[in-house]
Amino acid sequence: MGLTSCAGAAGARDSTASFLRTENADHVVALMGNPNVGKSTVFNALTGMAQHTGNWPGKTVAGASGTAEHGGTRFLLVDLPGTYSLVARSPEEEVARGFLLSGRADCAILVADATCLERNLNLALQVTEIMPRAVLCLNLMDEAQKKGVQIDCDALEQALGIPVIPCTAARGEGLDALLDAAAAVASGRRPTTPPPIRFPAALSDDQLSEERKQDLRTASYVLHAEEIANGVIRSPANAARDRKIDRILTSRRYGIPAMLLLLALVFFLTISGANLPSAWLSRVLFACTEPIRAALCWLHAPVWLQSMLIDGVWRVLATVVSVMLPPMAIFFPLFTLLEDVGYLPRVAFNLDHAFCKAHACGKQALTLCMGFGCNAVGVTGCRIIDSPRERLIAILTNSMVPCNGRFPTIISLLTIFFIGVSRAALPTMLLSSLGLTAVIVLGVAMTLVASRLLSATVLKGLPSSFALELPPYRRPQVGKVIVRSILDRTLFVLGRAISVAAPAGLLIWLLANWYIGGSSVLLSCAQALDPIGRALGLDGMILLAFLLGFPANEIVMPIVLMGYLSTGTLVELTGLPALGALLTVNGWSAATALCFIVFSLFHWPCSTTCLTIWRETGSLRWTAAAVILPTGIGMTLCFLLHLLLG
Amino acid sequence: MAEVPAGMTATVAQLDLSGSIRIRLRDLGLIEGTPVTCLGCGPSGDPVAYLIRGAVIALRRSDSGRIEVREWV
Repeated sequence: MGLTSCAGAAGARDSTASFLRTENADHVVALMGNPNVGKSTVFNALTGMAQHTGNWPGKTVAGASGTAEHGGTRFLLVDLPGTYSLVARSPEEEVARGFLLSGRADCAILVADATCLERNLNLALQVTEIMPRAVLCLNLMDEAQKKGVQIDCDALEQALGIPVIPCTAARGEGLDALLDAAAAVASGRRPTTPPPIRFPAALSDDQLSEERKQDLRTASYVLHAEEIANGVIRSPANAARDRKIDRILTSRRYGIPAMLLLLALVFFLTISGANLPSAWLSRVLFACTEPIRAALCWLHAPVWLQSMLIDGVWRVLATVVSVMLPPMAIFFPLFTLLEDVGYLPRVAFNLDHAFCKAHACGKQALTLCMGFGCNAVGVTGCRIIDSPRERLIAILTNSMVPCNGRFPTIISLLTIFFIGVSRAALPTMLLSSLGLTAVIVLGVAMTLVASRLLSATVLKGLPSSFALELPPYRRPQVGKVIVRSILDRTLFVLGRAISVAAPAGLLIWLLANWYIGGSSVLLSCAQALDPIGRALGLDGMILLAFLLGFPANEIVMPIVLMGYLSTGTLVELTGLPALGALLTVNGWSAATALCFIVFSLFHWPCSTTCLTIWRETGSLRWTAAAVILPTGIGMTLCFLLHLLLG
Repeated sequence: MAEVPAGMTATVAQLDLSGSIRIRLRDLGLIEGTPVTCLGCGPSGDPVAYLIRGAVIALRRSDSGRIEVREWV
């Protein structure tokens, strides 16, 4: 998902060269391969780094490098973007080709999928042509065995003229032999003899068009790869099981229902699993309030400082952590599992027709999925869309699927106002997950409408061509997925939330405790906004909370509650019934809750997302558009809802 | 190629496409003479999944319709 770090990934595309520090390494090794061959898994296994693995093209959009030591030799490994060839001109291919031609690499490790060897050989031949010092890592041998694939590795070595090492990187098998071979090739101890590619004589004909020449060149590699593959593959892959799964998950009848069911299941597991730990965390964190106050007293901190740190900063932090951490720690691993299995490209396949009608790209469905975790990450992920017009559409509409900061509030409101808190736990949770699924469907539907609208107005154009690979289903690396998604995604998103929630808590405390003319600034602002809020079916305090929640969506609900109680501090949510009672006393009805959910779904993206949009588009105008578009939709929908439900 | 029914295999005769999609498909090994098996379409009938040199690639009908194929079996 490219989720490692939004900040790290952005703008790093062109800087493959600049971050390399080669002085401490004996050999610089470039890691190359088609997309979806487990290249990142090989990189992680060799370097011990936690880079994400993903199942769609263009995952490694920025170059990453790491070190490995083996047999007294130090390697610097450079993970180049996955490419199908080196002759086309996509940014990924330019990075890969440029690095090989720069002469900085002593050796290239070509990662190939043993279950789909022929296509991988195409790239291998192109690489060895400009970089003869190479090793072929025949990865995914376990999957190949399961599918009955038999490859004659000796014959393959002969045909390619470079060492061929069978590996199962996910289990660490074959990696020592891989580094041995890389060291031998890089140092020149093991000479390599890649075969010359036979280009047809017609290539030197000046009469030929450039396109035709390009065709002939590509065909030469493809035919050569076919010849080698025919000679070394003793038994081809039996993919009957994959076809069977696809016949259900992407079929006319079951494709869409299966997708919704899976989504609802993920939400159900998240909601039911997060309930207890959330309550527990909240109790523990709020119990810390008094010890901290005692410690501050002991330090002779003035009363206003105590209040500011505890009632302002600590309580906001405690709320954000207890509300966000448990659902994230469940949702992210589950979602990563779906990704690891290879299901997400099927989502893009199922939804492509809808996106095509909206004059957008099916891969936008993948960026939406990334947006579930964090919209900033989704925006960065839009790099997988090739057409600049379609990429911009995906960026501008990404915040219309709720990120993790908005899920908890939406779930609470759904439960209180539409499902009822008095029912038994299981049906409540089931209905909540179905409600949340409906909210997501609304978000995706509006994304399609907005995409079509953009295509008809400021981003005019027809849908571009589209080729999507549906990679083989793979057994997920459950243990690694859990560790990695908790370490990388959960802690990263949580860290970001905390770093904005702390200063935001301080600001809210100041506003709530700063009195001008007998009323706090917070309340005065809310009163000023009240007419607009009322017109949208909300109220002034809710609107103010959305404005103050610009740094992070998860603090919106806490601000609303604080405003209603006018205590000047955040209150602890002692369960949903209490929350429901407080909201009802302050004039909330089911209509208010519905407007809140809709506005939460469609309003300005949070500050981090805005910053990312600005970095990705390099344009303040498009960033402004990304703010205005969802806000306009949200205000219109809320206004209409208010008129209807009044 | 858009007319090849699910389960049938046809041979590519010519690509009437230009620009990046032409390059991308050729990189995937889709050249004259390549056998292509239709695996079936998505929930709305488009795009369609094809087996091309051991990999499953989904193409929109608007693109696959511009790839000429010879007899299918």
